[in-house]
Amino acid sequence: MGALLVAILVVPLATSLACLKASARLARALSLTSGAATFGLAVALIPSHQITTALGGWLRVDALSVVFLVAVTFLYATTTIFAIGYVRTGSGPVEARYSRRFFAGLNLFAWAMAMAPVVNGLALLWVAVEVTTVVSALLVAIDDTDGAAEAAWKYVLIASMGLGIALLATVVMYYAGSTVLGGSYELSYANLLGAATRFPPEIVRLSFGLAVLGFGSKMGLVPVHTWLPDAHSEAPTPISAMLSGSLLTVSFYAILRFYQVTVRAIGPDFPRAVLLVFGLASLVLAALYLARQHDLKRLLAYSSVEHMGILAVGMSFSAPIAIVGVLLHVLAHAAAKSTAFFGAGSVIRKFGTKEMSRIQGGIGALPWSGPMLVLAVLALSAMPPFGIFRSEFLIVEGGLAGSSTAVPAVLVVFVTLAFLGLSWFATQTMLTPTPDGVVRGEENAWMPVSMVMGLAVLVLLGVHPPPQLSSLLERAAAELGAHR
Amino acid sequence: MAAVGASPSTLTDAAEVVALLVLLSEFAMLRSSLSRSQVRLYAFQSLCVSVLAAFVAATRHIGALYVLMSLSFVLKVIVVPTIILRLVREVRVDVTASHRLGVASMVLLAIVLSVFGVFVFGRLPIHSRSLPILALALAAAVILVAFLLVIVRNDVVSQAVGFFSLENGVSLASLVLAAGLPLIVEVAFLFDLLVAVVVFGVLMRVHHGRARTLSTRALDRLQG
Repeated sequence: MGALLVAILVVPLATSLACLKASARLARALSLTSGAATFGLAVALIPSHQITTALGGWLRVDALSVVFLVAVTFLYATTTIFAIGYVRTGSGPVEARYSRRFFAGLNLFAWAMAMAPVVNGLALLWVAVEVTTVVSALLVAIDDTDGAAEAAWKYVLIASMGLGIALLATVVMYYAGSTVLGGSYELSYANLLGAATRFPPEIVRLSFGLAVLGFGSKMGLVPVHTWLPDAHSEAPTPISAMLSGSLLTVSFYAILRFYQVTVRAIGPDFPRAVLLVFGLASLVLAALYLARQHDLKRLLAYSSVEHMGILAVGMSFSAPIAIVGVLLHVLAHAAAKSTAFFGAGSVIRKFGTKEMSRIQGGIGALPWSGPMLVLAVLALSAMPPFGIFRSEFLIVEGGLAGSSTAVPAVLVVFVTLAFLGLSWFATQTMLTPTPDGVVRGEENAWMPVSMVMGLAVLVLLGVHPPPQLSSLLERAAAELGAHR
Repeated sequence: MAAVGASPSTLTDAAEVVALLVLLSEFAMLRSSLSRSQVRLYAFQSLCVSVLAAFVAATRHIGALYVLMSLSFVLKVIVVPTIILRLVREVRVDVTASHRLGVASMVLLAIVLSVFGVFVFGRLPIHSRSLPILALALAAAVILVAFLLVIVRNDVVSQAVGFFSLENGVSLASLVLAAGLPLIVEVAFLFDLLVAVVVFGVLMRVHHGRARTLSTRALDRLQG
């Protein structure tokens, strides 16, 4: 099993380097293979019931890591398929150079995101998240437009400042550990979780608060989310899908690792309260912003803020079933949001604009992507039979099992409001008659195929999650202290 | 630091003075209107942090810290400032007075933030064997003022220097809190910083290439 972990990291990195030298055709074939292979390797980890380590304890994967690893690698696999259709091929040197940079960057980005759940310890986790920032900032800027340059600058500045705070959180947690474990020790999960009950409470509280603020700025929690809509709307669409579906959840994973230690050290009350405040703020603000968007990709970006809010609120509920719901939500949101971005990418290509007022009759113009985009938007609004319906149901059920019914009620109200914002978009742009000038038909088969995969996974998660996956989610929830 | 035979309290006092210099150079960066002098102040601040790292290495006999100190000296005092200075020279614009606020209110705000940081972090129940707790409190003040620098100055050099000096504040805090942090991890942090510098440099050049200015006033298109 250890070799599997090493392979998950080696394959995308090697592919990225190869893409710099290979011809455009070979780079596409390599990326496609690498995405599928990495996803296969991650799926192979699902049935494993023990903690897998490799490279002398540098890599460590438990059930919680596998959940996020599956989400990241699934998006890697579908995004490479979409990107092959999206990145234009041409014989000119400009296209060839763009394509080479793009595929090298895409694989490197996937590598960095796969590294975060695989490395052992809070310090290495921080390093991995920082690597995702620098790689993705360059990818946001790759289109070289005014908007892309502005978005990339805001993104790299805000995310780096946030990660500076996250580094401080890591250092403070190291100090908390050194009061028990001595002056010099490895910041590994086993060490921290083993000694956490004797950590000084004030220090752990400080560390957790800083971690939520710091990593929260990369996860898109309000009020430190301001880079997110810009970066998501200006990046090339395949990158937007990866930013939204996996980068945000990788930062959520980092917060969960701090949560795990904090719950062990001082009990669940404080971390739940912190996550509730940030989560509710994100949910409420995003639901309101969703109603007044003009730009298709910004709409989806605010929907990401909303879903990150749901994840944080879900973690604040005490019932174990809510945590299972949160982890399922991570997977379902990755599938739904990437599918929606892929559909949006096709629509933007077809109509040549992101302005929703200038997009009419998408469902007629795009016979496959159009209807699938509508389905993805319904999935994002938690309609059955898709996975997000099941995960949000579990979260609300877990919330109602607790002492307060007010928070689950607020959750339901604002999720409904977000649904109104999203369905307004769907009816105005997709379900209207197609104007005469628009040519009907898909640009190529790659882009719709990537959407079929996302929707298939959503239906699978919603109708009948595989028993091994359910068992994985329960084990991961138990690792987060859900049995308390 | 030359006074090897001096009493521990003298050494500690000296360390506190150097830590105070870190905060003062942060204030000077906030106040300075020339990009070049900001970068030089950043180099000076990094030098102070390196001196403190050497102090901790010598007093607590941590050999790994010497390696770290030399690495961070080379990177943060020489390499990073050189890269940014070259960039500033290349674009031939020396941004002056890019403040959003008046100098007086800006400095006043920075003082309020520093006092807040010093008092909150100074009261934490922390017992460090490497540096006085005052150094941690000053590090918190440096981090807060670095945020202010990024918020109130609107040119890309100030904002980048703000981020780098934030990292200096975190380094100072980690000398107090986590002097024993494994070397490999510290090196990873430094390496990440270097990569971040390169990315900042690339984006600064992209911004200048498109907007013909280093001011961020042009970056107001994406809203809502």
